[in-house]
Amino acid sequence: MDFSHLVVIAVSSIFINNFVLGRFLGICPFIGVSKKIDSALGMGMAVIFVMTLASVVTYLIQTFVLVRFELQYLQTIAFILVIASLVQFIEMFMKKNMPALYQSLGVFLPLITTNCAVLGVAILNIDATWADGSHYNFIESTWNGFTAGIGFTIALLLMAGIRERLELADIPESMKGTPITFISASLIAMAFLGFSGMSIM
Amino acid sequence: MDKMLIVSANPHIRSKASVTKIMHMVNLSLLPALFMSYYYFGFRAIFLTLVSVVSAVVTEAAIQKFRKVPVTVSDGSAILTGILLAFNVPAYIPWWIVMLGSFFAIAIAKQAFGGLGFNIFNPALIGRAFMLASWPVEMTSNKFWANPVASFGAKTGQTMDAISSATPLNLVKTALKADPTQITCDILSKANDAGYAGATYWDLFVGNVSGCIGETSFLALLIGVIFLMILGLVNWRVPFFYIGGVFVFTWLLGYDPVFHILAGGLALGAFYMATDMVTSPISNKGNIIFAIGLAFFTVAIRIWGGYPEGVSYSILLMNCAVPLINKFTVPKKFGCVKPVKAN
Repeated sequence: MDFSHLVVIAVSSIFINNFVLGRFLGICPFIGVSKKIDSALGMGMAVIFVMTLASVVTYLIQTFVLVRFELQYLQTIAFILVIASLVQFIEMFMKKNMPALYQSLGVFLPLITTNCAVLGVAILNIDATWADGSHYNFIESTWNGFTAGIGFTIALLLMAGIRERLELADIPESMKGTPITFISASLIAMAFLGFSGMSIM
Repeated sequence: MDKMLIVSANPHIRSKASVTKIMHMVNLSLLPALFMSYYYFGFRAIFLTLVSVVSAVVTEAAIQKFRKVPVTVSDGSAILTGILLAFNVPAYIPWWIVMLGSFFAIAIAKQAFGGLGFNIFNPALIGRAFMLASWPVEMTSNKFWANPVASFGAKTGQTMDAISSATPLNLVKTALKADPTQITCDILSKANDAGYAGATYWDLFVGNVSGCIGETSFLALLIGVIFLMILGLVNWRVPFFYIGGVFVFTWLLGYDPVFHILAGGLALGAFYMATDMVTSPISNKGNIIFAIGLAFFTVAIRIWGGYPEGVSYSILLMNCAVPLINKFTVPKKFGCVKPVKAN
């Protein structure tokens, strides 16, 4: 187990290849749930949870089912199906046994289930390779899912802070609402360009 | 701001400060740096600054006319954006790139958000990031950097109008890329070995090095910012903790801290961009957090990043976080006590 790999994964998925601002995945929750900081935090927690879980499950599915029976061409549909049903199952379990957590994650959990960012992290975990050609192992995949969720949460919180401030701004009529949100998002993404080409190895 | 009716209890303190006055003072304080850029890079520096300022002012006026709101170009904020943007480009960049960058800065980063006071990001830096993303060759290639023409006698034997060469930070980056394991305190001599003859701390301090037209002279920018601090227009905490932070971080990582403070755009960024009243935090505590974040990202991008210089991106990154910083550093109200938790 190489500890430096974990640091590289964390910096990469939080800053350099931030899922929203670098890879442009998961834009709909990013625009949709960034009006208030509180709801953005709730959404972020749900995304961290689902991404970590999805990374764990899809790694196991890929290794022990798809590769073993040479069914890789079913990857996309298998991943979607497994992630969605698993999250639904956990949601039911939480509703019954952990009502407090269920309340705090609320509507965000089913919302995020089939999001492209979640499927994205699952597939990127499988496709990613190190310089020596080896793939992510189980712990690296899980860690990548977790840190990708943290990167998503940071992007969402930054956006929510900006949008709360923009509530008071004298924005031109035609720019109000979604347009200025998209412009803000693009400007944040431009700021994150500063991380491009960063190498810490 | 005409729309707002401010109601508050008396007594009121009358202040003579106004946006117009502050902006013109800031513009005035940039004159030493403009003079130094003229001194080192020739008339080209003045020309690019003029292009940038005219483009910014025309864009602002046109958009405000179009929106049917009062045209406020006389408040000097568009002029300031224009000057700062021009200070951020190499001397031999084609002038139309500066014009477009200035247009983008005003139209997208400022007027789309409702004009002065509502912008989230520093417009000049958005303009720079836009130019860097759209014309990376023109913004970074050695061809467009100019060595200072005039000099205090340090460089002898230069008879041409301009000699293009890499900036000191570029040379350091190249050296680091060639051999990433080397961590030397004497990075400046490495840069010298790479063909950058004659650059001393003094050259870096007065600005006798290649670089963006307004960023090279630490001295001129320092004079300007001290003038602003005496007038009380700049919160000393941001430059102090920013530059102090860069010193500490580079020193901890084993690089030459003095070189990293004097080289590149740190002076321009710390004195003029990071202290922008609109895009920096409100409280003193928030400003300190902001400045330390700036120092961290600047050093991270300079040492590990793909770009030689990290000042502009670090300020943009921390600009994103300013609303959050403001939210979590609300000062305690006078006489307020923590509510006791009722069990």
